[in-house]
Amino acid sequence: MWPRLFQLTALALAGNLWLAACGQAETATPVAEVPGVTVPGNFPAPVYAAEANPPTLPAFELGRALFYDPQLSRTKDVSCGSCHQQFAAFAHADHRVSHGVDNRLGTRNAPPLQNLRWRRDLLWDGGAKHLETMPLAPLTNPVEMDETLENVLRTLNADAKYVQQFAQVYGKKPIDSQQFLKALAQFTAALTSSNSRYDHYARGEAGGTLSAAEVRGLTLLRQKCSACHGTDLFTDESYRNNGLAGGFALDSGRAHITRQARDRGRFKVPSLRNVARTAPYMHDGRFETLTQVLAHYDHGVTESATLDPLLRQPDGRLGIPLTSAEQADLLAFLATLTDEQFLHDPRLSEKPR
Amino acid sequence: MFLRSFPLLCLLAFASFFTACTDDTDTNLNPAPSQPGTLDVEIDHVAGTEPLAFNTTYTTAAGDKFTVSRFKYYLSNFTLGKTDGSSYLVPESYFLVDEADPESKFFTLADIPSGDYTSLSFTIGVDSTRNVSGAQTGALDPINNMFWTWDSGYIFTKLEGTSPQAPNQALVFHIGGFKKPNNTIRSVSPTLRGVTIPIRKDRNPAVHLKADVLRLFTGPNTIRFATTPNVMGGADAVKIADNQRAGFFTVDHVHTN
Repeated sequence: MWPRLFQLTALALAGNLWLAACGQAETATPVAEVPGVTVPGNFPAPVYAAEANPPTLPAFELGRALFYDPQLSRTKDVSCGSCHQQFAAFAHADHRVSHGVDNRLGTRNAPPLQNLRWRRDLLWDGGAKHLETMPLAPLTNPVEMDETLENVLRTLNADAKYVQQFAQVYGKKPIDSQQFLKALAQFTAALTSSNSRYDHYARGEAGGTLSAAEVRGLTLLRQKCSACHGTDLFTDESYRNNGLAGGFALDSGRAHITRQARDRGRFKVPSLRNVARTAPYMHDGRFETLTQVLAHYDHGVTESATLDPLLRQPDGRLGIPLTSAEQADLLAFLATLTDEQFLHDPRLSEKPR
Repeated sequence: MFLRSFPLLCLLAFASFFTACTDDTDTNLNPAPSQPGTLDVEIDHVAGTEPLAFNTTYTTAAGDKFTVSRFKYYLSNFTLGKTDGSSYLVPESYFLVDEADPESKFFTLADIPSGDYTSLSFTIGVDSTRNVSGAQTGALDPINNMFWTWDSGYIFTKLEGTSPQAPNQALVFHIGGFKKPNNTIRSVSPTLRGVTIPIRKDRNPAVHLKADVLRLFTGPNTIRFATTPNVMGGADAVKIADNQRAGFFTVDHVHTN
């Protein structure tokens, strides 16, 4: 009897090898414990599909350790997590702009990191075009982590625990840049926020009740905001000039990448998920509260050559007129996009190595 | 019975593993070669009529003097063509050629279907797909310092040096970008001078290419260092890429041995 069982087992093993080697990841069930593996019912298909970097618990944990590791910076005291705090949906709470190594300041507000699997490109100007290579931007930016990829790999390869963990996941030494970047992407791709009260409402799940004011806010949002903050990701992923005052001499936004005058002052439309927790707002963090943001759209929009056409009313007025009652309803709805489960998911928090 | 057939079953299982993967990677455009051969590619770097050396002064066609301290570039997607119009794209042919690394100036294209090829084309740079394909290894590993992080994508050609004509003496030419209107991917087919490359299992043909740094600055567009000493992508990079397409590479000679 057992020889037959043994044969079947051997065949099954060979079959598994075949599947894994050919990258048919849809047949390999990802480990259930990795967060963000399941595509939420109210989300579109992800851009960075799981098959590109099949989630496994050891690789995810490796990415998590890297995300919170200050050794990755030149001064060994700034990690990704320094400027991307979980309780702020991985934005930087109370910081207009973040301080990098030697307390250097940049020009941009650290954006939240959530639902990155669905992003076509990243950063306020869309300069990073793939989730895996995106971390190279903050790692090497002189005002952020100011480190070289070469040094990062040297640091990791000098750390016996990392060497052992990477070898366990990738089956070879030394740690190379592809392993490092893929491991980090295991964590960043897992940052899925899809369990706000609004989500339960949208999916018809238990706990998905909205108050009358919140429903009015949702209706208003769909009427007046969803041309940009569309879908249940609450962004259309476009770049727009939303009429911030002061010109774009400090930061030309999308034009920095495309070098086109028509893109001057255009920035990525951010998602509204967890927006009540990601203050301050805008690419430069100029607004401290959502009340200020709504006031901006109501009466603060400034004229410029690349101002988004959606912010020009037929009567020539700029912005999106909103009564104070409408603003109150919008604020009520926006609070329903707070996803406490995501903000406090212990699997995403820093843990001692 | 079961015991006796067990090794056979294992063999079959592993055989299916290999064939399945071959089916996945080969396409009809690249049928499995029966008796494949190789083609060696050797590249000489020159400045006009002189061999290129670091920190040696050369003069552009327009009369600007300059030295070179760094010179590296990507070549990819090597394709061999026959007179009947058919061609073979060498899979995964990505090479980083670096003046500072003599070994990088010699490489072998392997597993080419046997036949007589009358053209050789390749891309100076990296195709747009690989610019946005995530973390890569080998020649395309970002550790090679040929990857822009703030506007992600590969630097296709990097030449750095000095020039007395440049406002601060420094020359920095980083040619890259794969999106309109600043796409700098250029494919070239330098003439083989009528020579046919015989790819056979038992032969060892070689193509000797010559890359002339002076041709970066002359051709359809004249680059003067007083006004254009520093290029990192953008419209000026396109001008240099157009010069590269026009005459950066020539075939010096072909060995048909």
